[in-house]
Amino acid sequence: MTSLLVIIVLVLLAVALWQLTKIFDLTQVGSSSDDSQVASDNDNNIQGYIMFGFLAFIYIFTIYGLLKWGGLALHTPASEHGLLVDNLMNITWVLIFVVQFITQGLLYWFSFKNRGHKDKKALFFADSNKLEAIWSIIPSVVLACLILYGLYAWNNIMFVDKDEDVIEIELYAQQFKWTARYAGQDNVLGKANVRLIEGVNTLGVDMSDPNAQDDIVVSELHIPKGKKVHFKMRSQDVLHSAYMPHFRAQMNCVPGMVTEFAFIPTYTTSEYRELPFMVEKIANINKLRAEKSVELVAKGGTALDPYTFDYLLLCNKICGASHYNMQMKVVVDTPEDYKKWLSEKTTLAQDIKAAAAAKAPAEGAKTTTDSTAKDTVKAVIDTVKAVVAKVAMK
Amino acid sequence: MSAEAHGHDHGHDHEHEHHHKDTFITKYIFSIDHKMIAKQYLITGIIMGIIGIAMSLLFRMQLAWPEESFKIFNVLLGDKFAPDGVMANDIYLALVTIHGTIMVFFVLTAGLSGTFSNLLIPLQIGARDMASGFMNMISYWLFFLSAVIMLSSLFVEAGPASAGWTIYPPLSALPQAIPGSGTGMTLWLVSMAIFIASSLMGSLNYIVTVINLRTKGMSMTRLPLTIWTFFVTAIIGVISFPVLLSAALLLIFDRSFGTSFFLSDIYIAGEVLHYQGGSPVLFEHLFWFLGHPEVYIVILPAMGLVSEIMATNSRKPIFGYRAMIMSVLAIAFLSTIVWGHHMFISGMNPFLGSVFTFTTLLIAIPSAVKAFNWITTLWKGNLQFNPAMLFSIGMVSTFITGGLTGIILGDSTLDINVHDTYFVIAHFHLVMGISALYGMFAGIYHWFPKMYGRMLNKNLGYIHFWVTAVCAYGVFFPMHFIGLAGLPRRYYTNTNFPLFDDLQNVNVLITTFALVGGAFQLVFLYNFFSSIFYGKKATQNPWKSTTLEWTTPVEHIHGNWPGEIPHVYRWPYDYSNPNHDVDFVPQNVPMKEGEEVLHH
Repeated sequence: MTSLLVIIVLVLLAVALWQLTKIFDLTQVGSSSDDSQVASDNDNNIQGYIMFGFLAFIYIFTIYGLLKWGGLALHTPASEHGLLVDNLMNITWVLIFVVQFITQGLLYWFSFKNRGHKDKKALFFADSNKLEAIWSIIPSVVLACLILYGLYAWNNIMFVDKDEDVIEIELYAQQFKWTARYAGQDNVLGKANVRLIEGVNTLGVDMSDPNAQDDIVVSELHIPKGKKVHFKMRSQDVLHSAYMPHFRAQMNCVPGMVTEFAFIPTYTTSEYRELPFMVEKIANINKLRAEKSVELVAKGGTALDPYTFDYLLLCNKICGASHYNMQMKVVVDTPEDYKKWLSEKTTLAQDIKAAAAAKAPAEGAKTTTDSTAKDTVKAVIDTVKAVVAKVAMK
Repeated sequence: MSAEAHGHDHGHDHEHEHHHKDTFITKYIFSIDHKMIAKQYLITGIIMGIIGIAMSLLFRMQLAWPEESFKIFNVLLGDKFAPDGVMANDIYLALVTIHGTIMVFFVLTAGLSGTFSNLLIPLQIGARDMASGFMNMISYWLFFLSAVIMLSSLFVEAGPASAGWTIYPPLSALPQAIPGSGTGMTLWLVSMAIFIASSLMGSLNYIVTVINLRTKGMSMTRLPLTIWTFFVTAIIGVISFPVLLSAALLLIFDRSFGTSFFLSDIYIAGEVLHYQGGSPVLFEHLFWFLGHPEVYIVILPAMGLVSEIMATNSRKPIFGYRAMIMSVLAIAFLSTIVWGHHMFISGMNPFLGSVFTFTTLLIAIPSAVKAFNWITTLWKGNLQFNPAMLFSIGMVSTFITGGLTGIILGDSTLDINVHDTYFVIAHFHLVMGISALYGMFAGIYHWFPKMYGRMLNKNLGYIHFWVTAVCAYGVFFPMHFIGLAGLPRRYYTNTNFPLFDDLQNVNVLITTFALVGGAFQLVFLYNFFSSIFYGKKATQNPWKSTTLEWTTPVEHIHGNWPGEIPHVYRWPYDYSNPNHDVDFVPQNVPMKEGEEVLHH
């Protein structure tokens, strides 16, 4: 409602301004010539000064923005390659600000300085090969450096050495949730295809693949600090993108293919929470949430929970109506905690077995109503046999 | 060549005499006069622009005040998509999608190129009309048809296309994945196919006209930069638009006939679909093979208009005319081999990513040359701050600001973390959205007298520019920061992430600037439509310009010049030429005896 009011105010303001210009036009009626709508010396002068004012606006707005919102940008990277990325980013930013400062300064300064006057004559200055050479060569050299650094970093990040000791984890995307699959003892992920999705086996893992027997499927991602994690991404339905901003990591999940990204986490979740910038950020967020809560409670709603930081995996490729809520918590543990956490998880094979076992008596109970006990026993045995056969099949 | 052009003149002169009685329909509706077609493109473009910008204001309101109830949502979107005035999440995505589609294709491609290529090519090269007036007419009416179909998709049961303007499959292929991928998407694809046909006819016409119908003396190196950019734009369009057409057709096959070009291994809504062996990455390649040149199709004409307007209003030659042509050619060439920078993290081979990083950052060089040449054009000029000039300077400013962040996005390493965040939105809106829009506004303010024989009100123009300039920075500058904070684009709301709670104030600020900026476009609309009827009568050459269009009479006639087509004796930028007393020498003024050419 308030914004409707704002819009009405703006429209009225526009009408008022229009009236003002009309009055301004009328004052010039006496001198109404055919070129009354062409800029006069007076216009040139006024607009020239506004040009200068606008330059000041850009500079001040930039500085204000950096001070006020600079802290919102992602801070300390939580992965090893993140340092490389941020380093390149900072260099690029310095370059951008220098160029922006100079070029905008020249553009608006020249506009102000050379504002037109009928007694003036412009300088006929059509070309200069020297100048063209200067501003072709300088950007070329600077860009060459950036390209080289960028490609060096890119090659370091994107190519995983085959012999490297890594932990393999599958990130599985579907509308609108994430699932992770750990490779288990053998550190090799079993084959999978969506055509094999059945019951608890929601990822379509090929249970006839020996490598799949010790795979573990979970809905919360835990990774150990200091060890390279090699993610293999899959999608079951549409394009998704696995985005982990704090790790400077992102890769699309594409149905029909496996994509990959690898990084080494460098801060455990609790270490990252303790970083000074994060403490400050969380305090600020909780302050905002507390204010919002007061508002909500006044309206009869429930207060918001206070927030503690967790690493996140977000979906960053439009994937449907609930795209905005497709996320998974990521926990970076110490290697010991990680090992402990993982050892407590059951394997997919066990899950399937348990599900079948749970299903079997239920089915049995149903069938007793319309068949003999003998048939029931037979059916249960058949089911168990089938499951065992499937699991044992190699 | 010149003899042929001559023959053509006579044909037209002859025709002209017998062609005075235009009916209302042949003059205003099915016109084959390039000037009328230009106006038709412009008005259609403006109407589409109003719709596209209004949509952005709606979803900006949702982003600033998420899930709050606004009566206006209910009024505009209806009970289904905004029950109780709260915007639904699927219509949010539809608004984002259609906003992008309309602004990129219908406003900044057809509205901009269609208007000014049609208006200026024959007038500035000295031709009676386009090479094929009939094809030109068909081109406009196909564009109109595609616009009608696109708008009609807003009213289908399940809502319009909502897979983003890039319509990546499988989302755009499967109605199970998002409701907008049903009839809405079908209409989108049909509309785009017709649009592409329209665009190709227009482009071929522009190319043929520029090559064949230049007046005597109008060599390629005497063409105004406007014509150069329109010409090169048309060539890029002819090269890349057919690829989008093929992508659209293959997508139609996948959607309707069960082929698997882009789809494979999909399990959705509890069942496995039959698709096998296709790849969405293939679609991305095909889409961006047009999609990236497309941003240059949008920005190059704006660059041409700005170059022309800057020279005229600086009373100075454009600095480095030949360097400007070379840089346009370089940009055009490079634009066709950089599409992969939209796909660094699409799953394509990282080595390919390296190649695209290299070619992408190369584009910064010709772009820098252009920016420095514009700045030097202002140096020691005698600047006439007409509204068109303000928009031109504004265009250079936003092009630099937006272009610089391209160094980050074009670098595959840095793209990893800002890809698909608000940082990208800020970048491309400044560098091609706002810049091209400024170019279009500059063109409208400058050539309005040529189109309608009347002047736009300059004071309203000043207000329009300055408020727009402040609001454009106010919207897109803070947006960089929320992008750097990692906020993904195309999120209906970010209230599900307490991590992003501290970005909400910035979102409110952005939306406020957007609403103010949007509201002030009404000043322009009022100025435009009232000046058509009540504006001050224009003189023949109000801006004291050198190019040929200002040698035609103010009243439009079919065939442009009442007598013979003027011949051209000099380049288009003889402003403040020291050999002459006046500060501009039109192209049709013969060289004085012993006059030297003072430029390369």
